[in-house]
Amino acid sequence: MVMLVMTSDVYAQIVAYCLERLPEEACGMLAGPAVEQGTAHYGNEACTFYPARNAAGSARLYTVDPLDYLRADRDVEIRGLVILGVVHSHTHTEPYPSPVDIDQAPDPKWHYVIVGLGRPLPSMRTYSIRAGQVIEEELLIGGLGHRQAQLII
Amino acid sequence: MPVEIRLPSILRVHADGKSTVEGNGSTVGEILEDMVNAYPGMDGQIVTADGSLHKFVNVYLNDDDIRYLSNLDTSVSDGDTISILPAVAGG
Ligand SMILES: [Zn+2]
Repeated sequence: MVMLVMTSDVYAQIVAYCLERLPEEACGMLAGPAVEQGTAHYGNEACTFYPARNAAGSARLYTVDPLDYLRADRDVEIRGLVILGVVHSHTHTEPYPSPVDIDQAPDPKWHYVIVGLGRPLPSMRTYSIRAGQVIEEELLIGGLGHRQAQLII
Repeated sequence: MPVEIRLPSILRVHADGKSTVEGNGSTVGEILEDMVNAYPGMDGQIVTADGSLHKFVNVYLNDDDIRYLSNLDTSVSDGDTISILPAVAGG
């Protein structure tokens, strides 16, 4: 099973940002070191979260502000990382990809992280979305070793 | 002078894995066409068959979305950078 590993800092930043952006859906980009080409994902260790404005300004839809994405993309290039995927919140529903999420998924090699805020405790889940097929992946928080821990300092 | 074009990960597979390629032309449209001629795998992924920018693609000239400039007719100068990014949206 594919696994996405995330530093506890990134996890905390994502959850805090999703709560801060209520009542709107929150979104942002996830970055980390690249794995070799030809694998199922660009990378599987998330060490940086780039919060983005929701250009849709909605509680039901999100659009990552393209300029925020552009800035994140430039920053990862400078830092030798890659964009691993996208994060967004579901303010009222379970953290499972909606039909729109599945239909508009831009990249089959991304991790799609969804934070569900419909229950008292936020819950985070991650998926692959390939040609309309959703596969849930294992999410491991705080499991990075020393190498990645240095990257986020 | 060729202009630098930054590619999103999903298009790099069509450009021998490169994150940046070059294209020649005086407008964004001409430069993208030149790039597609060099990397035919990108054909139809950025500009549609009727010659307009694909709905789910954003193209930036430096820090400006070309939809707010003159779209594919936006003129390009030496030293400019074009960035292509997928639209990232959902519900
Ligand atoms: Zn969603």
